[in-house]
Amino acid sequence: MENNIIIELKNISVSFDGEKILDSIDLYIRDKEFVTLLGPSGCGKTTTLRIIGGFLQPEGGEVIFDGKKINGVPAYKRQVNTIFQRYALFPHLNVFDNVAFGLKVRKVPKNVIADKVAEMLELVNLKGFDKRKVSSLSGGQQQRVAIARALAIDPKVLLLDEPLAALDLKLRKDMQNELKNIQQKLGITFIYVTHDQEEALSMSDTIVVMDSGKIQQIGSPTDVYNEPKNAFVADFIGESNILDGVMLRDKFVRFAGADFVCVDSGYSTNENVDVVIRPEDVDVVSPEKAMLRGDVTNVTFKGVYYEIIVDIKGFKWMIQTTRFYEVGQTIGLSIEPNAIHIMKKSEYSGKFGDYSSFSEEYDTLDVNTEEEEDTETQKIDDETEEGLSVE
Amino acid sequence: MNKRTHSAPRRRGLSFLLDAPYVLWSALFIVIPLVIVVFYSFTDAEDNFTFENISAISNYGTTIRISIEYSVIATLITLVISYPFAYFMTKTSANAQRTQMLLVMLPMWMNLLIRTYAWMNILEKNGIINRFIMLLGGDPLKLLGTPAAVIFGMVYNYLPYMILPIYTVMSKLDPSLLDAASDLGSNAFQRILRVIFPLSVPGVVSGVAMVFVPSISTFYISQKLGSGKILLIGDTVERFIKTSYNYNMGAALSLLLMVIILVCMFVMNRFSSDDEEIVV
Ligand SMILES: Nc1ncnc2c1ncn2[C@@H]1O[C@H](COP(=O)(O)OP(=O)(O)O)[C@@H](O)[C@H]1O
Ligand SMILES: [Mg+2]
Repeated sequence: MENNIIIELKNISVSFDGEKILDSIDLYIRDKEFVTLLGPSGCGKTTTLRIIGGFLQPEGGEVIFDGKKINGVPAYKRQVNTIFQRYALFPHLNVFDNVAFGLKVRKVPKNVIADKVAEMLELVNLKGFDKRKVSSLSGGQQQRVAIARALAIDPKVLLLDEPLAALDLKLRKDMQNELKNIQQKLGITFIYVTHDQEEALSMSDTIVVMDSGKIQQIGSPTDVYNEPKNAFVADFIGESNILDGVMLRDKFVRFAGADFVCVDSGYSTNENVDVVIRPEDVDVVSPEKAMLRGDVTNVTFKGVYYEIIVDIKGFKWMIQTTRFYEVGQTIGLSIEPNAIHIMKKSEYSGKFGDYSSFSEEYDTLDVNTEEEEDTETQKIDDETEEGLSVE
Repeated sequence: MNKRTHSAPRRRGLSFLLDAPYVLWSALFIVIPLVIVVFYSFTDAEDNFTFENISAISNYGTTIRISIEYSVIATLITLVISYPFAYFMTKTSANAQRTQMLLVMLPMWMNLLIRTYAWMNILEKNGIINRFIMLLGGDPLKLLGTPAAVIFGMVYNYLPYMILPIYTVMSKLDPSLLDAASDLGSNAFQRILRVIFPLSVPGVVSGVAMVFVPSISTFYISQKLGSGKILLIGDTVERFIKTSYNYNMGAALSLLLMVIILVCMFVMNRFSSDDEEIVV
């Protein structure tokens, strides 16, 4: 990865109907980087892409491309291309003409167009689809046409707005690999939008975590996973137990009614903090030797491991373990110093990281759905019976 | 769900009953009149088979020519007015679009006769326009009774039928297609040429059909605004039937009208379904 910055957003703000949609976004993106904007639906990801693409003018702030401010430059003059959320293929053109669209607009000679389109269709594994109507293609194939169409005009930056959201799981995994390969092969910058944290973790060089129009954290996948900045990031990316804690002194923290050695320092004495412990970092030990003790309230088999919910002094922890424990069993937990991650208190403190909804509340929910399902089944039974009698 | 299982087998049995009114309606109002027209076209007053009516069509060369000419010109003018109108309409706010829609449809709620009479008054020798010209010291113009007045009448009366289908198609156009076109480097003009126009062709085709067909078969507009001096095919048919009671010749000319319209529709349909041809 080179270090020269290709796109920079400085203090970008956008509002719709008086509501702040993007709030002072600051972001720089390096050339040839794979950057992912990750956040829940409605957090402003698409809006950010539209600003970079030139479809939307920010109210405040600067958009800088290759060192030049491009705020007023219209979309058709920008060296940035977009894969739209629902592909936006031209229904009146066949696959070839869709891919050739940008080249024809640029008045590229016919034989050059033919070569380039063939090259692009080969790149996305759609060789021989030239004459097909786009409406006759599957979702995955349409997606590939959209990619070929955007790449045909050699953009410096490709913007992808939840490109795989409409595909089924298997296809999505394949396409993730393919996209990553294409990005590395062509050596262009990808700015990728998704609300799927797994996708973000597995594909990105850099992840930009967003919520409510603000950037919550920017970092490598391992950074945002291991060192989340606040409760929102910790909860959104992976599973987290987030507890209220007090920093007794450097590398020493109290939470869940016990004192623990940790690796974080730099907090003031007795500062209130959020403590993150990932479910996979907790060891189950015999209750006598344990730092913490609790009762198992829920067990779910996940294939490789069991996901168990443990009630420790009223707080529900999620723990992943390869051994089976029964509901009601008292178990002990042990936590290594480097499994404890300390975060400053934020507006998100107390909102995330408790799994109480997994046991009792979830149970009541279950009962309801079961009842509904029962009536459903009954209805269907009735129908089949009557249907048979008609025959 | 319950209903579906029940009615599926029943509907098959009922389908004849359900279709019956439609079949009856088609027979009564489409097939039978058509058969009668064809019958009259190929018979004489004594119901004997003859080609005379058909061969006599050649006597009406001028009428046929100006009918086609006027309706083609009227259709083109309507298209030239409607297309940009519909385009700019889609660019306005939702409220403004509703209001404009209402204004476009408003004249359609008034009877064609009344509207045409109103225009007679306006275009007359002593009509509003000429009185205004004379007030300014000019000589009165001969407006009524000219081909221009007839063509104007067609354009005026059938304009909504062109605007509506074009507007409908354009307002349904997915805005992300225009974003995609911009994204791939097209400026506003190229977007119109390469995306908006090709995708609005179906609207244009139905608009053209909906204006051309009534224009070429009109007799009322040409009689009133042409002051009885301009005879189109429709006028001639009307005269044969109402004045000279020659149903056979009237039917033959009606048949010709139908053939012209069918040929026109066929050509238009070819034009709209052939994807490759439309794109520049
Ligand atoms: N044109 C618009 N007018 C009004 N509100 C909008 C418009 N576009 C987006 N929004 C609002 O902006 C917020 C962010 O939208 P978006 O950027 O599409 O989110 P994301 O892509 O992260 O799901 C949403 O609350 C959405 O309702
Ligand atoms: Mg979005």
